[in-house]
Parts: sequence; C-alpha cells; structure tokens
Amino acid sequence: MSLASQDTELDSFPKLLLRNAEKIGDHTANREKEFGIWQSWTWREVCDNVHDLACGFAALGLKRGDRMVIVGDNRPHLYWSMVAAQAIGAIPVPLYQDSVAEEMAYVVEHAGARFAMVEDQEQTDKMLLIQEGYRDLETIIYEDERGMRDYAQDFVYSYTAVQALGRDFAAKNPNFFRESIAETKGEDIAIMVYTSGTTGKPKGVILSQNNLVIQGRNAAQQEQLTEKEELIAYLPMAWVGDNVFSLAQSYVAGFCVSCPESQATVIADTREIGPTYFFAPPRIFENLLTNVLIRMEDAGSLKRKLFDYFMKVARKVGPEILDGKQVGFKDRLLYALGDLVIYGPLKNTMGYSRIRVAYTAGEAIGPDIFLFYRALGINLKQIYGSTEASVFVTIQPDGEIKADTVGKPAKGVELQIAENGEVLFRSPGVFIEYYKNPEATKETKDAEGWVHTGDAGLIGPDGHLKIIDRAKDVGRLNNGTMFAPKFLENKLKFFPQIKEAVAFGNERDQVCAFVCIDLEAMGSWAERNNVPYASYQELAADAKVLEIIKEKVEQVNMDLANDPLLSDSQIHRFLVLHKELDADDGELTRTRKVRRKIINERYGSLIKALYEGAASGYIETEVSYEDGRKGMISADLTILDAKTFPKATNSAAA
Amino acid sequence: MSAVEALDSNDAVPEGRHFGDVILKVDNISLSFGGVKALTDISFEVLEHQICAIIGPNGAGKSSMLNCINGFYKPQVGQITYKGKTVKHMRPHEAAKKGIARTFQNIALFKGMTTLDNIMTGRMLKMQKGLFWQALYWGPAQKEEIEHRAKAEHVIDFLEIQAIRKTPVGRLPYGLQKRVELGRALAMEPDLLLLDEPMAGMNVEEKEDMCRFILDVNQEFGTTMVLIEHDMGVVMDISDKVVVLDYGRKLGDGPPDEVRNNQEVIDAYLGVSHD
Repeated sequence: MSLASQDTELDSFPKLLLRNAEKIGDHTANREKEFGIWQSWTWREVCDNVHDLACGFAALGLKRGDRMVIVGDNRPHLYWSMVAAQAIGAIPVPLYQDSVAEEMAYVVEHAGARFAMVEDQEQTDKMLLIQEGYRDLETIIYEDERGMRDYAQDFVYSYTAVQALGRDFAAKNPNFFRESIAETKGEDIAIMVYTSGTTGKPKGVILSQNNLVIQGRNAAQQEQLTEKEELIAYLPMAWVGDNVFSLAQSYVAGFCVSCPESQATVIADTREIGPTYFFAPPRIFENLLTNVLIRMEDAGSLKRKLFDYFMKVARKVGPEILDGKQVGFKDRLLYALGDLVIYGPLKNTMGYSRIRVAYTAGEAIGPDIFLFYRALGINLKQIYGSTEASVFVTIQPDGEIKADTVGKPAKGVELQIAENGEVLFRSPGVFIEYYKNPEATKETKDAEGWVHTGDAGLIGPDGHLKIIDRAKDVGRLNNGTMFAPKFLENKLKFFPQIKEAVAFGNERDQVCAFVCIDLEAMGSWAERNNVPYASYQELAADAKVLEIIKEKVEQVNMDLANDPLLSDSQIHRFLVLHKELDADDGELTRTRKVRRKIINERYGSLIKALYEGAASGYIETEVSYEDGRKGMISADLTILDAKTFPKATNSAAA
Repeated sequence: MSAVEALDSNDAVPEGRHFGDVILKVDNISLSFGGVKALTDISFEVLEHQICAIIGPNGAGKSSMLNCINGFYKPQVGQITYKGKTVKHMRPHEAAKKGIARTFQNIALFKGMTTLDNIMTGRMLKMQKGLFWQALYWGPAQKEEIEHRAKAEHVIDFLEIQAIRKTPVGRLPYGLQKRVELGRALAMEPDLLLLDEPMAGMNVEEKEDMCRFILDVNQEFGTTMVLIEHDMGVVMDISDKVVVLDYGRKLGDGPPDEVRNNQEVIDAYLGVSHD
C-alpha cells in the first residue's frame, strides 16, 4: 500500500512531516540545484531543518494565528519555513515573487503579516520599503546572504541565524516542537493565498489543513502516486497549485520535490531530474512544441523526413496505445520503431521520458498540442480547478482522455451546472472564506457549500465537463447570438504564430480582434524568409506578417462557420498590436489572463477605429520597464478586414 | 601615503564607503606611438576598495591608460606603483599574477568554448599541477579541477548566468558575453579589476544589471576597480572617483560631483575648440 493511503488520521503538514521522517527518513525529500550540483535533503534532514526554524520563529515571537509572508523563487528553505510556521500554528502567506513592492504592500497589509520570510536581497529591499509604511511588519528573515552584509537593521535576520536561535530555544524547551505539532489540527488555517484577481484587488483565500491534505490525498490516491515520484517545483509558490503539488501531495505521498537553479534553467533542470509527475500550464507545452518544430525546420532533410513520418504514425495510433486500446500489429511495430528513433530521444530532450502523470490546466490547450504530447506516449491530462477548490475539481481519468473536455469530477467532488450555465462544485477542498471579505465569500460560496466558479460550462452525456468561457465574459452580439470571447481567443492562440488575442463583440454587430504575434515563432520565420526587423514593433507591422496572421484569422472564421452556435462570431476586422500584452502594464494578470477592462480603457481608440471601419488606428501607450520606470510608445497600426464565410448550410435546420 | 592623508587629498569618502591604502599610483606617465602622443604626464592614484572611473572623449587615451596599468603598453616616461611596489614596465602575465584582472572593450572571449570553460580559463593561473598531471587527469589534477570548478560555479552563481553555463559564448547576446567576460576576470579573484567599457552597446536594462554586478563585486569582495565608461549617468552613480582625460592629458580628477562642475571637463564634453 502506498504511503498516500496510509495514516489518513494525520491531518496537518507538520504531522505528516514527522511521519515521513520516521517511516522514510532516508528517502530524499527535497533537492535544489546550487553551484551546478543537485544538493539533496532527506525527510529526516528536512524535519531537523523545520524543527530549528520553527523553534527560531517561536524564539522571535511568532505565535499561533500570526501571518508570515513568504516571498521568493521555489526554494526548499522557503517550503520548510511554511511548514515550520504551520508547526507553531502560524499562517504562511506566499506572495508572487515578481510583484513590485506596491503590489506586495497591499497583500502584506491586508493579511496583517508580522513576519516576512524572503529569498534574497531584492525581496528584503521590497519588504523594507513596505515596512516604512506598515510598521506592523516586525521581522524580516532572508535566506540568501548575498549582498546582505551592510543591512544593519536589528529586525532583519538571516535564515541561519534564526536556526541558531531555534537550537538555543530548543535546548531550553526540548518538547516544544512536538507538542506544538500535536496541537495542530485539520481545522487550522494552513495557508492564505491571494488570487491574482482578474478584477479588482486580490482576495485572500483561506485554506485549512484539511482542505489541502484531504484534497491532495484524494488525488494522490486516484493517480496512485507513491514516494518514488519525482516532481519539479517551478511554478510560483503563491499559486495554490504549487502548494498542493509540491507541498500537500509530496507530504502525503512522501515523494521528492526538486527546485531548479533559477527560473531560466527550468528546462535544463527538468531534463536532469526527469520528473514522473508534472504540471505545466498550456503555455509551456505550447512553447516547447514551438521550439521543437522550429528546431526540426533547421534539421537535415533525413531527420525531417523521419520526424514527419513517425509523427504521422504517432498521431494515428499513439493516443490509442496510451489509452490501452486495441491497435493493429503493424501499427504497434511502427510505433515501437518510432519510439526508438524519434519519440524516445525527443521525450528525453524535453525531460519527459519518465512522466507517469502530467497535468495541464488554467487555460484551454490547443487540441493539436494536446494530442502531440499524448501521441508521444506522455500521459498528459487536463484538469479543472481553482484556488477556492484547493485545485482539483475535475480530472481526466486514465483511458478517457479527450482534447476538448476537462474530465470527470475528482474523488470527493460533487459537480453541477447552474441554470445560467455556471459550473458549481462542492468538495472537501472548498475554501473556508476570503480573508476579511464576507461579502465576496457569500457571493462565491452559498449556504449549502456550493462554490460558484464563474465559469460557463456543460456536462456531456459521458459525464465529462466542458468549459466554454468565464460566465461574466460570455455576452451577446446585437443579433442575439452567443459571443464567447475566450473561445475565439483560444482558437487564435492555438496557432504558434499568435501569442495573445483579445476579441470584442459584446453588444456589437460584429466581432473584431487584437492579435499579438509570438516573437519567437515569427522571428524564426522572419529569419528564414529574409524579413529584416529590429524590434517587436517592426516585425509586428510587417506586411508579410500581417498577411500570415490574416490567413490564420480566416482559418478560424472557416472553423467557426461550421459551428451553428458560433458562426456569427466570425472575426470581421483585426489588427496586430505593436507590443506584447504584459502583466507589468496591468494588461494581463500574473497568471497571464487578459484583463478586459484595462484593455478596453487603454486601447479604446483602437477599438473605436476597428468598429468605425478606419484603415488604421493611432495609439500611444505607457509601458513599464522591469525596473518600474515608465515610458511611452506610439504606433500607427494597420487594420485589416478578414474574409468571413457563410454559415454552413447543413446546420440551417438548427 | 596613509588612508588619513589620502582623505586630505581631494578624495572625500562618501558616507558608508570605507577605503584602504593606496593600491595603485600612476606617476607622470607619458606614452607615445611614434609621433602620436597618446598620454602626456598622467598622474593619479586609486585607493583600495575604490571604484575609479576614467572618462574622456574618443581618443582621449583611456584604453591606453588601462593598457599601461596592466603592462600591455610600455610608457616611455613615468612609473606605476602597485601595492607599494614600483615597476617601470609591468608585464601582462606579472600583472595577472599580482592580482590585476581586466576585461576588454571588444570582447576577448574564446567564442567556441562554453561559458563555464571560459570562466575556468580565469582560474588557469591558480592551477598548480603541471602538464603531466593535467594530461593524466585522474589523481591530483582532478582534485584541483574540482576545487577550481567550485570557485567558477560561485562566480556563475554570483553573476546569475547559470542558464548559459554550457552555452558556447559565441551564441550569446552581447550583453551576456560582457557578463561572461566579467566572470572570467572575477574567477581570477583579483585585487584590482580593470573594466574597459563594461556597458558599451548595452540597453538600459543590461546596463542596470551590469551596474548592480559591479557594485556587488565591489561590496562583497572589496575589489578595487578602474573602469572606462561613456555613460555619464552610470559614472556619476557608481564611481567614488573620476579621472578625466582629453587628448592624452588629465583635465582633472576627484569625486563625481566635483568633476561634474569642472569647467574644463564641461568644455571637453561640449566640444569647445582647442587652440
């Protein structure tokens, strides 16, 4: 029996940590690449580290119920601080590490944090800045000593100093650690995560130990995760998913979590670790596929032909073989050969050779992309979830994988569709409340515990959930037909040449769109076709580039024409934006979702130009550089008309 | 000259900065190539832990000055005192052994080698084992290599170039190549670092990164630096002392604020005609 199904009475992370240190103490719990070498810690060593930290926190005055913000890249030490805080009943509040100080200040103040555990000098500086306006932030602890020599403030401590304090404290209070862990219980608040918020200020979602532990355990049982899994932790710690995958499930199932050297080395580090359990948003799979295709175009003709031939084989039979369905002997043989010469080496370069379970979620994934990975024999599945659900709402069960659904309810989850089409769910993972925001809590969670997701969806006859769009974004064209912007945008974004798209149409006669090109894909095309360009803006305005984008838009229109519900949503006019939409400019959320309101405000003149039938639109936008300074860029953008297609005739009866 | 005396000369120490004794003293250096006078009677000194910037218009003799310091050019007149030892002609390899490292205006890396290998070349001088052991590899040379690799990895970590550790430098963008070159110089664990236009050709963001690294190196390792830079904003921000050259002559030196208001300097930069 795997560890995930044992000790189900243990209801908190610190308790599970003690169990792991006892039962699989010599098993590697964490790895981090530093100075070019993977450093590793066993469960016992992790337990010792957490012990010293927890005692150190206590010595510094961290108490039950206090909030501690955690800021940094994925580092074992930061994960340990979270569990150490939980061990004494304090509440870790992980923040997005690339937020600027003002963004963090809101959360730090709203959460009422007294302690901050940060990764390095950069984050310490942000906390010191916040502390000037928010005096309740009493103690700052940093992990990386670099550049910290001249910080004389007496409330700034290094990680090692805190651990030393902790050892002194433990010498005087030898039973403190275990006693305070024994006091933790399932109803305790485990973490507060702030949702990035597509509208308004972020909300602090309170999740209990039970939420995370039970939800993590259920999914781990469903996927039969064991202590032998390997996971790479590279998505922001402030995101609920990372807390479930890298903390809850690792602690429940006892598997090892590895932290990459830096954000830039994730791909290389993934290759070295060879994860067996993996999560990535669709964007990452898209980028990787784009990379593979670009590199294949540069390969010799023999390699290219082999790749094309065997990918055809894989597309035909790969997904079936993975689902365990019947496949003819000849195809099986060809697939085995393909595995030898193409799929195996390709998976190895991507670092996906050992994957047993891979998830993607957050956005719709292009069917071509999804099937590409399945065809290679990678068990990629879609899940649907949210912060309020402690991630899992639906999971695609093995053998029932479909490109256009997000699967069936996960273990312990009840699902229903409201009358207005909104997806509702109820599960042990349902959050307790939004911190200091009872109205929002009431709006989202009704008296019977059903959570309103805000997503419009439908459940098919096969029991699979299909998500269409955000319920509030689904609008109507003036002729009354449904307009689902995200559905259109996703269709556009499934082309590798298009990175981002924004569709307009609610309460209008026709649909128009903004498109952002993908610099990598278009840049590679430009190089190949001798199209000179000096900047993103120049490439985006190139006539040949516009021609390519036009082709793609028209392809989408052709697709839409065949869909009786959406054929009126064909894109009539579009333009290619002169800059990428950017989270720093507030145009996307940190999880890269389009903020429609802000786009409408900033690009109002362009939208007007689109609908007025002008041949071009002038725009001046403010951009934020990475250091926080602002600049202006301006451009004259060409507006193009796209060909639209008549409604498919066979749907006339509908 | 002691540190206290140094204070009395025009090097006022900015708040929070601590300098040591004079580490480099340049006395009456004159250098000419045939009839061309590259440097005429240049004197200045640099204190330990100081960041000293040499500025001046094109052809003012800035790079020649650096080349004299690390012994690549031999000045006809004058002498250079480094760590209390006066030499007429320093040879480049002696300079390197004494702890002077430098980077070049036009990147001088081994383009076909990886970042890591390039940085490891910076450790060459510190390797003790001879050709025989190195050729054999196993045994003492391996142990030595591991030690040096660890140092190189610290440099890589410091400069945050982990992602390009195994990338041939010829494939890297210019800004990163500059950073690798700084890495190679740092791998020598120098006492005096000469940087020839470390930020030339960089965009604003790359420049800021480079400034950060220069300040970090100076703070963490106490490395003394002499750098040539054209971006006045950068010079005024990061240097403790500025030496201004024009047509091979020194127009003045001192703390940035003082130099900024020097009329001769303003004239040179605004291009007043010279008689």
